[in-house]
Amino acid sequence: MSLVQMLFYVMAFIALASALFVASTKNLVRSIFMFFITLFALAGLYVLALADFVAITQIVIYVGGILVLILFAFMLSGKQNLNYIAGQQTPFISINKIAGLFLAGLFWVVLINLIFKADAGNLEWIKKSVQYKNEIQPNAAMTENIGVNLMTRYLLPFEAVSILLMIALIGAAHLSRKGDTA
Amino acid sequence: MISLTDFMIVGAGLFCIGLFMIVTKHNAIQVLMGIELMLNAAILNLVAFGKYDRVNNGGQMFALFAIVLAAATTAVALAIILNVYKRYKTIDPGKIDSLKD
Repeated sequence: MSLVQMLFYVMAFIALASALFVASTKNLVRSIFMFFITLFALAGLYVLALADFVAITQIVIYVGGILVLILFAFMLSGKQNLNYIAGQQTPFISINKIAGLFLAGLFWVVLINLIFKADAGNLEWIKKSVQYKNEIQPNAAMTENIGVNLMTRYLLPFEAVSILLMIALIGAAHLSRKGDTA
Repeated sequence: MISLTDFMIVGAGLFCIGLFMIVTKHNAIQVLMGIELMLNAAILNLVAFGKYDRVNNGGQMFALFAIVLAAATTAVALAIILNVYKRYKTIDPGKIDSLKD
């Protein structure tokens, strides 16, 4: 087993285990901070998929932006929220959790079945891409390619996203202003 | 090297954990975190397949767009959650059951 493979398994284990902890813990603060670890492990997985720029973006936007935002919302939505969760002495598996567990488990079985049936490594276009050397090499610098593509081939989605970001900014500011007419 | 199937299995696991969180949690913030987990599973698949497209680089590009969209979604959703908290004094999605008037 090569080092890359071992790193992949370690990262995948950390990501899945911390995600399970996020899903199962009662303590909201702990689950938010555990979510940090999930996101970092996912950034590591992106690096192993040879997408270093996406990994850095993940760390900057998700960990630096979204999680801080979630923490803010959590702190602003009050102490009563915390007390509610702490006072909730439910058994480990309750009725509504069984339904959710059942749904997620069945979905997982279906997905795993589908993945093994699809056999993505032997798809036509992937074989062709390996054959014509259209595969990203581990020593390639892809950031320049991303920049060039962003300004040429994917210019329209880029502009659309910029407009959507402005809409989201104005919408969030409008929703969270003071006053009763929100 | 790591095969595509490995990445897809990790993605499937994350997706199902996110689904579980969305269905069972009694807290809008945790539901939002479940949505983020599902989005991250999708991004992982995009990135893993994007490895086989060096020239156009579609996978990584749309992974970037998905991250930006997730950021916008979260900002708006958290503003909505704060508003809901102001009005109902709770953010349990099961207890928010009346319209404006």
